[in-house]
Amino acid sequence: MRVRTALAAAAAALVALTAAACGSGDGGGQATSNEPVRLQFLSLAWQKESIAANKQLVAEWNNANPNIQVEYVQGSWDNVNDQLVTSFEGGDPPDVIHDDSPALAGFASRGYLLDLTPKLPAELKSDIPQPAWDTVTFGDGRGGQGVYGVPFLQESQVIIANKKLLEEAKVRIPTPQEPWTWDEFAEIAKKLTKPGDRFGVAWGMKSPVNRVLNLALNFGGTFFATDGSGKTTVKVGPQEREVLQRIHDQLYTDKSADPSALGMGTADPLPGFYAGKYALLPAGVYLRQQVVEQAPEGFEWITLPPLKGTTSEQGATSQTLSVAADSEHPDEALKFISFFLNGANQAKLAKGDWLLPTSVKAAADPSITGTENGWDVATASAKNLVVAPYLKVNGFDEWKSKVATPVLQEYFANKITLDQAATRLVDEGNKVLERYAS
Amino acid sequence: MARPLTRRAGRAGQYLALAAYMVFLAFPLLWLLSTALKTPREMALLDPTWLPRQPTLANFAAAFSEQDLLGGALRSLVVALACAVLTVVLALPAAYAMARYRSVINRIAIGWVLVSQVFPFILIIIPLFMVLRRLDLVNTLVGLILVHVTFVLPFALWMLLGYVRAVPRELEEAAAVDGAGRVRSLVSVVAPLLAPGVVATLLFSFISSWNEFLFALVVLKDPDVATLPLTLAKFTGPEGVVRLGPLAAASLLATIPSMVFFAVIQRRLRSGLMAGAVKG
Repeated sequence: MRVRTALAAAAAALVALTAAACGSGDGGGQATSNEPVRLQFLSLAWQKESIAANKQLVAEWNNANPNIQVEYVQGSWDNVNDQLVTSFEGGDPPDVIHDDSPALAGFASRGYLLDLTPKLPAELKSDIPQPAWDTVTFGDGRGGQGVYGVPFLQESQVIIANKKLLEEAKVRIPTPQEPWTWDEFAEIAKKLTKPGDRFGVAWGMKSPVNRVLNLALNFGGTFFATDGSGKTTVKVGPQEREVLQRIHDQLYTDKSADPSALGMGTADPLPGFYAGKYALLPAGVYLRQQVVEQAPEGFEWITLPPLKGTTSEQGATSQTLSVAADSEHPDEALKFISFFLNGANQAKLAKGDWLLPTSVKAAADPSITGTENGWDVATASAKNLVVAPYLKVNGFDEWKSKVATPVLQEYFANKITLDQAATRLVDEGNKVLERYAS
Repeated sequence: MARPLTRRAGRAGQYLALAAYMVFLAFPLLWLLSTALKTPREMALLDPTWLPRQPTLANFAAAFSEQDLLGGALRSLVVALACAVLTVVLALPAAYAMARYRSVINRIAIGWVLVSQVFPFILIIIPLFMVLRRLDLVNTLVGLILVHVTFVLPFALWMLLGYVRAVPRELEEAAAVDGAGRVRSLVSVVAPLLAPGVVATLLFSFISSWNEFLFALVVLKDPDVATLPLTLAKFTGPEGVVRLGPLAAASLLATIPSMVFFAVIQRRLRSGLMAGAVKG
């Protein structure tokens, strides 16, 4: 009897399955003469406010454009590139793709993405400064160059600080016009440190490479040099060593940075920050969202502008919208992107993700220039962003994972000297890059 | 007098060890429950609290309102049930044949089953996607079920092979002597003894399919057909940052169907095992 019941249940499940499966999937964006063009938009928005902003903009577009209907598909940062490679290879990618500029270089050279150069509307082109366009300009794998996405959100490294502790220590509060220098920062971190009770700063260095390389530009450190023949090699000279040495000094000479925070991700030191264990948190601007959501009632915090070395320049990558080379409706896709990333809409998206818009018009939007939650400081920091030098380096990903990450982790853990770290970054790194040169 | 006391102390120690083991096993689930009921502020405390100070259902509300959890769970259930049933339907006769009829082909087939397990699945993703696309099965649950069955079948076959081999051939011969035909012998003698194996295989197939992420990510594109693991991934952001509250709430809900399935089926597994033990 039980066997019969089980078989009946199995049969019912299979019937339900067949019914469900028959109704699934729509087979793509083909349009007959009477049907609207259908575009698929893969979005990576993940914050609650950001998802809402994305959906609202798609709904606005769909209402205003009955002939070009966009389907919003939410992806995930964690695995988007696996998903995309399969879709590209299978010839069935989404029409409009949200990703970040480091991923575009490989996709562009393999011919997966459309070169937008001839199609970009003048208004969109002029609203986004050239340094941001540089983050999406890559070789096409056939000797040419192209623009393979529209950059729209960027991240700068600021400092999130415990306001009360700064006031108690009577230190100068920096402004975008007069930021702290690295020397000042080191002194203040020492002043804020109370041995056994509090560290001035917490450097979460679980993934140290991009962070160090972006900050190294404060002293002109690029970590890569390209010679006249186009060959790229790793270089770790005095300019590249500055930021490395200064962070290391805070950890082991000044003892103003907590070594136990080194293994943490960006958001992990936050509980210690709220508890007064850390006074300063160098972090991406987006971390402000978590502080707003999690900080205990009455906790006062402040966003401080990026540090200054010889300059305040920082390397930046961008979040991007691209069009798949296999899209059947590239012109319609670009029309949608132009709408989605106009000044007013970029301001909404930036606010939702707590990041910086590339659009000049958006950067002036009152919603992201007020003093609340450090938006004024965050938005002002966008002027320091330049294209991250590593973005154009073939083989950077492998250098990063196999060489730079372990070497920097060992250096910050005080297991090797700076000279040893520099030698390994260069020697082992060049071996990796050589393989990508041919 | 001393001996009963020692015995009682020993028994108490056993229960204590058992309780500690139960807590150890249940800890991840209890911690998930505790996290799901905490506010963002409480989750960010330097000294984590075991029990939520101000329990809230806001994470569950956020998880449900932002993502189609129920739809994802239903689709996962359909896929996992179908995968489990199909896997057993295909693997059982194959395992029986391989266990009872020994030949060179069997040995090669068993070897091939084992070899198939050493290929990293990421290697076959793109060809698999192209095959499914040609069959018009991309973006359908049928496509995903076929992939899951293909992926689970070799190990399920290997599991069942062990169970079939454990059933003494003499029992079938005795049934034949008593006048039972091949079918009668299979249904009345072999099937009851294989029940625990079938249940274990069903369970393994169901849980493998229920948790599977990578193939689902590649095969299913539309949100309308996304399974639960794909829905859960939407609470993660770049650089490993996650929305812990809604993710914990959604993950907790995601464990319920597999726990229910296990609770329903485990009695059968246990009684089957005992039945086998007595008869063996």
